[in-house]
Amino acid sequence: MATKLLSKDPYNIVITGVGGQGNVMASRVLANMLVRSGYYVTIGETFGASQRGGSVMSHIRVSRQSAWSPQIPRGRANITVSLEPIEAIRVLKRYGNPKVNALTNTRPIYPVGVIAGELVYPSLEEIKESVNELSLSSWFIDAADEAMKLGNPILGNIIMIGALFGIGELPIGRENFKEVISKSMPEEKLDINLKAFDIGTSMIEQYTR
Amino acid sequence: MSNLTDNREGTQYLLMGNEAIARGALEAGVNVASGYPGTPSSEIIESLAKVAKERNLYVEWSANEKVALEVAAAASFAKLRSLCAMKQVGVNVASDFLLHLGLSGTRGGMVLVTCDDPGALSSSNEGPSRYFARMFEVPLLEPGDFQEAKDITKWAFELSEELKNVVMVRSVTRVSHASGNVRLGKLPETKSLAKFKYDGSSLDADEGPAESVPVGEKHRLQQEKLKTATKLFEQSPFNTYHGPEKPELLIITASAGNLYTREAISVLGVEDRVGLLKLGTTWPLPPLLLKRYLSTTDKIMFVEEVLPFLEENVKVLAAENAREVGVKTFYGKNEGVIPKTGELNPDIVVSALCKILKIDYLAMDPEYEKKLQMTTIAGVPERARTFCPGCPHRASFWSIHNALQMDNRKGFVCGDIGCYAMGRFPCGFNTTKTLHSMGSGAGLASGFGKLAQFGMDQPVLAVCGDSTFFHAVMPALVNAVHHKSNITLVVLDNSGTAMTGFQPHPGLSVNAMGDEVPEVDISKVCNAIGAKVEIRDPFDLGETQKTLNRMLEDKQGVKVLILQQTCALSPEKRHTKQYEMHIDENLCLGEDCGCNRLCTRIFQCPGLVWNNDKKKAWIDEALCVGCGVCSLICPAGAIKREEVA
Repeated sequence: MATKLLSKDPYNIVITGVGGQGNVMASRVLANMLVRSGYYVTIGETFGASQRGGSVMSHIRVSRQSAWSPQIPRGRANITVSLEPIEAIRVLKRYGNPKVNALTNTRPIYPVGVIAGELVYPSLEEIKESVNELSLSSWFIDAADEAMKLGNPILGNIIMIGALFGIGELPIGRENFKEVISKSMPEEKLDINLKAFDIGTSMIEQYTR
Repeated sequence: MSNLTDNREGTQYLLMGNEAIARGALEAGVNVASGYPGTPSSEIIESLAKVAKERNLYVEWSANEKVALEVAAAASFAKLRSLCAMKQVGVNVASDFLLHLGLSGTRGGMVLVTCDDPGALSSSNEGPSRYFARMFEVPLLEPGDFQEAKDITKWAFELSEELKNVVMVRSVTRVSHASGNVRLGKLPETKSLAKFKYDGSSLDADEGPAESVPVGEKHRLQQEKLKTATKLFEQSPFNTYHGPEKPELLIITASAGNLYTREAISVLGVEDRVGLLKLGTTWPLPPLLLKRYLSTTDKIMFVEEVLPFLEENVKVLAAENAREVGVKTFYGKNEGVIPKTGELNPDIVVSALCKILKIDYLAMDPEYEKKLQMTTIAGVPERARTFCPGCPHRASFWSIHNALQMDNRKGFVCGDIGCYAMGRFPCGFNTTKTLHSMGSGAGLASGFGKLAQFGMDQPVLAVCGDSTFFHAVMPALVNAVHHKSNITLVVLDNSGTAMTGFQPHPGLSVNAMGDEVPEVDISKVCNAIGAKVEIRDPFDLGETQKTLNRMLEDKQGVKVLILQQTCALSPEKRHTKQYEMHIDENLCLGEDCGCNRLCTRIFQCPGLVWNNDKKKAWIDEALCVGCGVCSLICPAGAIKREEVA
């Protein structure tokens, strides 16, 4: 059920985070929603060794025409979805441009270098300032905290997808989400996932800058 | 029903390249599939294992890739269709059998899928597997997108049956682990009967014995098959051309290079200047087709990853046919416009095209690029790889590291392949000092352990995982015992092939299809070989270290310490906590402790963080999995653990 058309073709989404945050799952859910709406979707990602505490990225290309490269060319992201705040900056450095949108979860996961005291993790204020500097529009939400309230940090991903729907840039919808989740997860998990999705959507609806 | 067994022809699904390969095999009516786990290949066998019962397949994770290839070949000799999947290094392991298999030929369609890892995203090398096809004279196919990953695999089975030889399909990380829309074909009804016929003459390809000898005859026959392949490849729909009739530049590419090149041409808008010849049949090359396209222009560029395989082969062809196709200027790896190491991406192809076609192109707005110099942006802290919270390897390396420090004779650990290869990083306390191929840690240790006669007095250790033990460590262990090498082998047994996603191995009581099978006990194997074996729980730091120090003191022969603790990410352990952890802030002395933040500076578990405001340690509830190990390292006893009821 496409609610609107793509503003760009291919429309380029980067979902980024840290190994173990459920990045791959989030990109699958989103991509399946788009495929069901009749789009060609290409996802590029790496997993394996790179997931062990490292930065993980999924590149999602959405098109009416064809498959695209699983790696987005430099400077060509249309929206970044960051499950971890400094990963937003890291991705914008390579794929950002003056017109990019940025949706960012504010809960940090500290790199081991920071835990060891060798590197400095910037403050949330500094991160927000940098992301704002590098994007046209930005949203910062504490999806992880809301997910913990629901009882499972991994639901942070679904909250982010709900938020992405709330932003309204993509031809996806709640029904669309429900279909995909019903197909890929056991029935008893549907309600909690829908709840997480709605929380994400309302966090954007009520967002004040 | 899984997407992979949906029999509605024409239905589209989003499939990972590896799933598409599995679906292609199902559409070809595959009967037997085997492999050894390795990123980026593992999902092929995993996908087939999931539908094994439904589709009446036999699927196994073999002990190593050579055995896997032999298992698949046996099915082919019995007239079944079989697939064998492995990562690039697996082909090295299987190569001895592959050489002989190429000579003996096959019967039922047999496909070897190899997944290379350009850029070594999940490997300890970026070795090319395509050269094996040329060296061992077997046909090679390379899918250029997700749809082709399915279609080319299906065709490979037919081709194999037509040629009566194994066909190699080569994928790469960015095809195998990327996903895209795939239109499904039909699934056949399979009623295959296995029978190995051997009563014919030794040259009877269908009913004689399956042998690589007599070599003279078999080799000649094998080369005939390649000639037939060449003819078939001239007509292959997997070799495609897009572009003007007389392009200014002809790009020859294959595999992921196809997607990058298409993107680069689109980014620069040079569709009317550049021709794109995408090859799906990359060995042997179809000469007529290439001559036709080489004749269209005098500038040729190659886009391919790591070594110049296509480039070299096409250049030979161009030299042989120089009279017809004319003199060319070649751009690629030798001339330098495309790098010879690492993986490619659209940006690399864009800049190569800009150089050759003399185009000015800025990927990034200069004003925007200037902003990247801002302090916070430029200084984003790097995220080094590390062991997961609750990982048994962190505890194991902590004990090994401390035992070696205590021993104080400059002892060292030979590393091996698995997550524990990160033992060379700070997360493993920089403990391992060698890293090569599967099983090489034990083999190297076996050699180091014999150097006492030349004055070497350093204690020698090796580590290996449980799956690696069966794959390639056993022969090295036999060697060490037989030659009385003085070493300690530490088996980091986390109950599965953890790094690649918990595939079962011979040490477990379940197989790829979920059936119950007899497990091969690592300690009994080591005992039978003649090593002195002890088993410990690595989460018991004190006992583990004590045992290790005792083993380091023992100068007689081979000692094996098996450290048993299930991987923190394993399905049975995930989301369960043994302990609730907290910091007693009254006991944590912070920076006055004298330990200099041992807990976070050295131990470096992502779930245990230094709170810079309070100057105390802090447990990150979202990450901590409650293994309890950190409570054992705090000298002030401030890290508290409470058993979860």
